[in-house]
Amino acid sequence: MRFQENWFQILQTTFMQHALVGGSLVALTAGLMGYFVITRQNAFAAHALAHIGFPGATGAILVGAPVTLGLAVFCVGGGLLIGLFGKRVAEREIATGTILAFATGLGVLFASLATANASTTTNVLFGNLLAISRDQLWTFGGFTLLVVAALAVIARPLVFASVDPAVAEARGVPVRALGVAFVVLLALTITMAVQVVGTLLLFALVVTPAAAALRLTARPGAVAGLSVAFALASVWVGLVLSAMIDLPPSFFVVAVAVLIWGTVLVATRERRSARPAAPAVGGHDVVHAVPERAR
Amino acid sequence: MTAAPDSETPPALVLDGVSVVRGGRVVWDEGDLAVPAGAVVGVIGPNGAGKTTLFQLALGLLPAATGRVEVLGAPPRRGNRRIGYVPQNYTAALGQAVRARDLVALGLTGTRFGLHRSTPDERARVDDALRRVGAAGYADRRMSELSGGQQQRVAIAQAIVDDADLLLLDEPLANLDLRNSQEIVTLLGELRRERAVTIMVVAHDLNPLLPVLTDAVYLLDGHPHHDVIGEVVTEDLLTHLYGTRVRVVRTAQGDLFTRSG
Ligand SMILES: Nc1ncnc2c1ncn2[C@@H]1O[C@H](COP(=O)(O)OP(=O)(O)O)[C@@H](O)[C@H]1O
Ligand SMILES: [Mg+2]
Repeated sequence: MRFQENWFQILQTTFMQHALVGGSLVALTAGLMGYFVITRQNAFAAHALAHIGFPGATGAILVGAPVTLGLAVFCVGGGLLIGLFGKRVAEREIATGTILAFATGLGVLFASLATANASTTTNVLFGNLLAISRDQLWTFGGFTLLVVAALAVIARPLVFASVDPAVAEARGVPVRALGVAFVVLLALTITMAVQVVGTLLLFALVVTPAAAALRLTARPGAVAGLSVAFALASVWVGLVLSAMIDLPPSFFVVAVAVLIWGTVLVATRERRSARPAAPAVGGHDVVHAVPERAR
Repeated sequence: MTAAPDSETPPALVLDGVSVVRGGRVVWDEGDLAVPAGAVVGVIGPNGAGKTTLFQLALGLLPAATGRVEVLGAPPRRGNRRIGYVPQNYTAALGQAVRARDLVALGLTGTRFGLHRSTPDERARVDDALRRVGAAGYADRRMSELSGGQQQRVAIAQAIVDDADLLLLDEPLANLDLRNSQEIVTLLGELRRERAVTIMVVAHDLNPLLPVLTDAVYLLDGHPHHDVIGEVVTEDLLTHLYGTRVRVVRTAQGDLFTRSG
């Protein structure tokens, strides 16, 4: 580990330029999706989908297909599978965890069969911003366009279905269909993000910036804006640091994201705990007319 | 009641030979009743009797197995904007990501696809709904930071923001202390006085609601019945309904209340 004097020239190389563009596209998408991931209590699913992508990527390497394709197929498929399991968070988590374990097992199998490409496997697990090709950038651009456009169309009913599913359903919002659409968008986002930070570190880009933003404000527009800003800052600062110090960019990107989150956490802790959260569960001193639990 | 509906107004809810089946089991049957428009109706019956099911039927979330249902003069359909709904255990699920104001706004524009800026008129209606339920003071707070009573007020604001003609409130007094539940009841009385809205309230404890109730729907022995409140608050009926001795007491001031034992 040493300081690289020529870091400014490094930033102008083609691979760094690709990394900046690709990383920015991912930060934009991940920052926006993060808000919904949190309101839908899907954080664990997001984490799991990244791992479910792992056998997709190693499988693609094994058969000589593009890694992005393998990731996308497994993430979307895994997302739909998770979506099939119960609406209740507890049920969903058990199903998700089981699928996750199986997927990781498959990934290990595929990876060992494709031993020649061990470094590509490492890239899937830990991400490698600096290995993003021009072709991948076009794919990322298409995915980003698709996710942002779709979110623009479904944002409001999706928020309704996420925070308030029972009323949304009664009001005629297609809650189930929106859930499926959301999981597909999440899978596309993760397909991109995995290539930037890897399956193991993905949480820091998809969930952490939005979580930090939500602690600062609850205005939906402001949360989305701040979340994207935090994700972009993580990618940019992370890349500059990795040009200055020759260490993997994934580490720096994640470190910046976590640092922002930690700072926000500490800064908002005082304010939060000062507020009395008083759930009103009071004792009646008047005779109950009717027993709570009549036979 | 100042805003009495004219005789032209169809009943808020009509059941005509209705039965409901869930999971292969009849929840209740022989439903024959008409809830008049403008009534404030207590929906009572033991746990599992099918009170929530009745609401789901009216909302078009559940089909009737037999018979005919009519809501505000038309067959039930999902997405009926004339109905405001506050589900059971509703506020418990609301997270920290949503402010009171945003939740109420969803009742107005939450079904809309595409990007729209909210109009000044929409914002005014949200403010108005928050003010009517007395929640203007915490409109910008997160739902998770509000007390149970405050959350319930915001939920009611969401149900009334689109000027619903029928409010379905499923156990809005559950988990509220005496003062909070009395305040919600007062609020319901005020809402009824302002507009000719019909209010149906599921409740376990009739007492706090008695000052505002005009009618009751009670689920007795597997069938729903409707009557004016005076006919329902009788010792024989309540004792039968809850399977335990219930006494009805009239105070010197003329207030009616019930007690067990
Ligand atoms: N989703 C469901 N699927 C199958 N049966 C249900 C469902 N929801 C409720 N039930 C059954 O329908 C009956 C009535 O339930 P509900 O309307 O919730 O009662 P209440 O609101 O009066 O407590 C209960 O016996 C319950 O077990
Ligand atoms: Mg119920």
